[in-house]
Amino acid sequence: MPHDGPHHHHDHAPDDPSFASRSAIGARALRELLEEAGVLAPGEVARQVERMDTITPALGAQVVARAWVDPAFKARLLADGSAAVREFGVEMGATPLHVVENTDTIHNMIVCTLCSCYPKPLLGIPPDWYKSFEYRSRAVREPRVVLAEFGVRLSDSMAVRVHDSTADLRYLVLPRRPAGTDGWDEARLAEIVSRDCMIGTALPNA
Amino acid sequence: MSARFAPGVAVRVARERPAISLGRQHIRTPHYVRGLTGTVAEVMGPFRNPEGLAVGEDGLPMQVLYRVRFPLGAVWDRYEGDPGDTVDIELYEHWLEPAHAA
Repeated sequence: MPHDGPHHHHDHAPDDPSFASRSAIGARALRELLEEAGVLAPGEVARQVERMDTITPALGAQVVARAWVDPAFKARLLADGSAAVREFGVEMGATPLHVVENTDTIHNMIVCTLCSCYPKPLLGIPPDWYKSFEYRSRAVREPRVVLAEFGVRLSDSMAVRVHDSTADLRYLVLPRRPAGTDGWDEARLAEIVSRDCMIGTALPNA
Repeated sequence: MSARFAPGVAVRVARERPAISLGRQHIRTPHYVRGLTGTVAEVMGPFRNPEGLAVGEDGLPMQVLYRVRFPLGAVWDRYEGDPGDTVDIELYEHWLEPAHAA
């Protein structure tokens, strides 16, 4: 599926209590109809949800750590993200992975202003704030203010490069390897790569 | 299919819907960059058009997808960040025109 679907473009705030229950009823009705029609096998949706729940940002952190220690892998990751993460068993499907690298002059930050596109096969389910109207609108309007609220303060010599994930690509920020991590192995490096580091709303600390 | 625009080229986002997008309910071009000029950062190749996919069509003909870069200072009045701050947006070719066109 090339996109997360039009169901995100609804008129109700996510914290409207009537929305959750109506959505749940609608989703169940739709699932039952699709099962009756033979489009979905019984239990198929539940299995897919369970599978998605097993994907955590730790998977993405392994990819980042590998890129930090293996320049050839990093080059592959930046050139063709989908092919590179396949080495970790991750299949991006119809939405290619596009990796953007933080440098000493550029800080990357990901948002989907239209809905909530996110590299789910690599990072799992996005955090609620990523899907909030506030983050989606403010990340492109005042990214430095948003970053400061996340505790990220950038010097004036750093440019912010926001990526609005409006279409077919999914994004991963490749953070800079922090100083003081010389000699660390991949597993130890992966521990300091949080989910937010890979969205661009945090920086890894040694 | 070949791409109409190359990296580094200035492109203008259509202000109004292009002909093939008329009547479509599902549009991926954010309002906040319509009518603005940006620079092609990367050409991502052809993709099925989501304006058709969203309503069960085949999304053909495919459209070349671009990552187009806009200075945030040109997108927003009174942008208070750094002059070098930018936003990259994925845009399909049928929404883009050469920047010199009226």
